[in-house]
Amino acid sequence: MSFNDWLLALHVLSAFAYVAGVVLFWILVVAVRRIDTPEETIRMGPIVNVGNAAVGIGAGGTILLGIWLAFALDGYAIWDGWIIAALILWAIAAAFGQRTGAAYMQGMTKAKELDAAGQRGANAELLALNRTSNGVLMHALTSVVVLLILLDMIFKPGA
Amino acid sequence: MTALAAIRPDSWDFPLFLHVLGAMILVGGLLTGVSSLAFARGDVRFLRLGYWSLLAVSLPGWILMRAGAEWIASREGWTKEGVPSPNWLDIGAIIADLGGLILLVSLIIGGVGVFRLRAGKGSGLLRATLVLSTVLLAAYLVAVWAMAGKPN
Repeated sequence: MSFNDWLLALHVLSAFAYVAGVVLFWILVVAVRRIDTPEETIRMGPIVNVGNAAVGIGAGGTILLGIWLAFALDGYAIWDGWIIAALILWAIAAAFGQRTGAAYMQGMTKAKELDAAGQRGANAELLALNRTSNGVLMHALTSVVVLLILLDMIFKPGA
Repeated sequence: MTALAAIRPDSWDFPLFLHVLGAMILVGGLLTGVSSLAFARGDVRFLRLGYWSLLAVSLPGWILMRAGAEWIASREGWTKEGVPSPNWLDIGAIIADLGGLILLVSLIIGGVGVFRLRAGKGSGLLRATLVLSTVLLAAYLVAVWAMAGKPN
């Protein structure tokens, strides 16, 4: 395997980490809709951290290695239409992803406040925050944009 | 490899897309299943979440990945009689098929484990599912490396 083959393999592995993180958060989005206690909300924390790590490594790896590959590989250029489209979509996905995280962190913050105040039982406000429709919308938009990036990478329109 | 990607016929794109999308869903389900089972610490809700991630996400992902693999392999001509398959394809195929078998075994073991949870019994079988899923996740990452980097 050449150096560029290794970079391509790591670029694809990064893409897998990114999408795996998005899938993980979909499962948590569904699971958290039935969680109304501070303890169980807080217990989601370590799984959320795994998702954040996957998305962070995936997003960072895809953009850095992708740009490197665009310069390193013959036949591709950074100004190719499909590569520019991917860069724009990547930025949009990152923005939507950040808003998804912010929406769901409200529930986590509330859970920690309730836990610190010694309130361990079911809480309607916490349930409402965990069921944030804005968070679902932002994650759906993130997923659509990530899917568009995958389509762009495989179909390479204009290449 | 670069030249191959650049000249790949358009008719290969959709089967490849399905194959890659299925594999990504499979890995996402495995990552969630492993994380939930690993951090559950005996909590029934999280043990179930881990198991259902494997059953409702990883298994459909594996089916889509495997169907897409057969389709794209056929389009690329690797399934024809007498055509020698490259190493990267052999690595991917072996891990995909063996992994599918291990996934099924882990789902059966985990299903019994979830059933035992209802009866208030221990989560030992789900620990076995966690071990198998962790091995699967690592194996599929090797498969992704082989399919993307195409050693040989």
